[in-house]
Amino acid sequence: MPDKPKIGFYWCASCGGCEESVVDLAEDIVMVADAVDIVFWPVAMDFKKADVEAMEDGSILATMINGAIRTSEQEEMARLIRRKSKIVIAYGSCAHMGGIPSLANEFTREQILEYMYQEAPSVVNPEKTRPMLEFKHNSQTVTLPEIRNLVRTLDQVIDVDYYLPGCPPTPKLLKAAVLTLLSGEYPPKGTVLSPDEALCEECPRKESKPTDLAFKHFYRPHQILFDNKKCLLAQGVVCMGPATRAGCEALCINGNMPCSGCFGPTSRVRDQGAKILSSICSNIDPKEEIAIDAVLDDIPDPIGTFYRYGLASSLLRKKVMED
Amino acid sequence: MPNPEKKEKKFEPKIVAFFCNWCTYTAADLAGVSRLKYAPNVRVIRIMCSGRVDPQFILQAFASGADGVLIGGCHPGDCHYSEGNYKMLRRFRLLQRVLKVLGIAEERCRLEWISASEGDKVKTVINDMVEKVRNLGPLSIPAKMSDIDEEIKELEKEINREEVPQHA
Repeated sequence: MPDKPKIGFYWCASCGGCEESVVDLAEDIVMVADAVDIVFWPVAMDFKKADVEAMEDGSILATMINGAIRTSEQEEMARLIRRKSKIVIAYGSCAHMGGIPSLANEFTREQILEYMYQEAPSVVNPEKTRPMLEFKHNSQTVTLPEIRNLVRTLDQVIDVDYYLPGCPPTPKLLKAAVLTLLSGEYPPKGTVLSPDEALCEECPRKESKPTDLAFKHFYRPHQILFDNKKCLLAQGVVCMGPATRAGCEALCINGNMPCSGCFGPTSRVRDQGAKILSSICSNIDPKEEIAIDAVLDDIPDPIGTFYRYGLASSLLRKKVMED
Repeated sequence: MPNPEKKEKKFEPKIVAFFCNWCTYTAADLAGVSRLKYAPNVRVIRIMCSGRVDPQFILQAFASGADGVLIGGCHPGDCHYSEGNYKMLRRFRLLQRVLKVLGIAEERCRLEWISASEGDKVKTVINDMVEKVRNLGPLSIPAKMSDIDEEIKELEKEINREEVPQHA
């Protein structure tokens, strides 16, 4: 028993989908549970922060952290886990690239708090009460973690060894990662544990992708019926496949939906959103500004489309505040 | 904190320019040999075609501290590679929308068609852009990002302080 390698799971700003993907291992979870000791997993097992603090530094073989880093508490836990673990894996799009929570970087913290606690249609708050970081009652003080000004990726806060991409990562990739950890033959630090090629390479509709595209319109999923055999780009649908890493085995395409980019870019691309913008726009048909703009109007939310999972890890990281 | 004395100093914008080898770069050469004077704020990078400008280059320039980015390509129909400038134009139209949402003013990113014979246009475009960006003030993304990242350093220091007695 003491010889089994120790594994931990932790979540930060996330939806819980990554946790589900661990359970999605199905029968294989028995294999994992046999091979390792799970020493920390707040979602599924009763361990407390104090248990982790009591562990020796570096005594956990690997911890998979999912979720973006948004509060001081998440920062603190990430740092604690970093100290206790030999290997830290950023698990899922949010830990890897900021994920959907990092779309909040389009706004300031004040804008978000004001909306959430005052302006949202479902809120009644005439006193404009906001959560306080500290509150004293009967000589006792209770505290809350602070929401930071920026949503961050895990590697913007602590040192990260590997990345398991996806929203969420597929059970197949998780299983492969666990087997790699157990084999003791580690890939180079910083490796994204998924094939380093574009999704188009493993797409079942690859053959129908035309050499030359010429977009006259872009269609969103509710606007047309997609042909379930033909390349989605050829149907005028913004598919992130060309700028997205392979490894999911084209799950969304097989569900007849375009790739939305959750696996992030390949190692040759720094900014996934800029890269797909480049690719899509180059292939717009018109040459005149007015006509180009009319085609672009079909993409009403370019940030939400191209940076859906990666605003925190993009080159600009957030909205720039001019002085 | 910015030094109040330093703020007195006139702000000189840094502008990164990507000039096409076949037209705008040659035009900038022409401006030089014609002894036309223009603002020294532009750092020119020669590329083979405006179509080679990956939007990542533009974002990288801003993220590295540029106050403005200027792209110079051949007039429509004149591209050495037939269509490169159109590709740039289409990317530029959407990139401008992205930049707007991310808080970067339109005047900070500019696309101009300047042929090899238009040395004087290089001069007027650069001077005009420098003036406009000067009025906007510094963008200083690196400084802003390092300011905002201070918030995570505080906790790191705090945690390290707490640990000191344990390790001693």
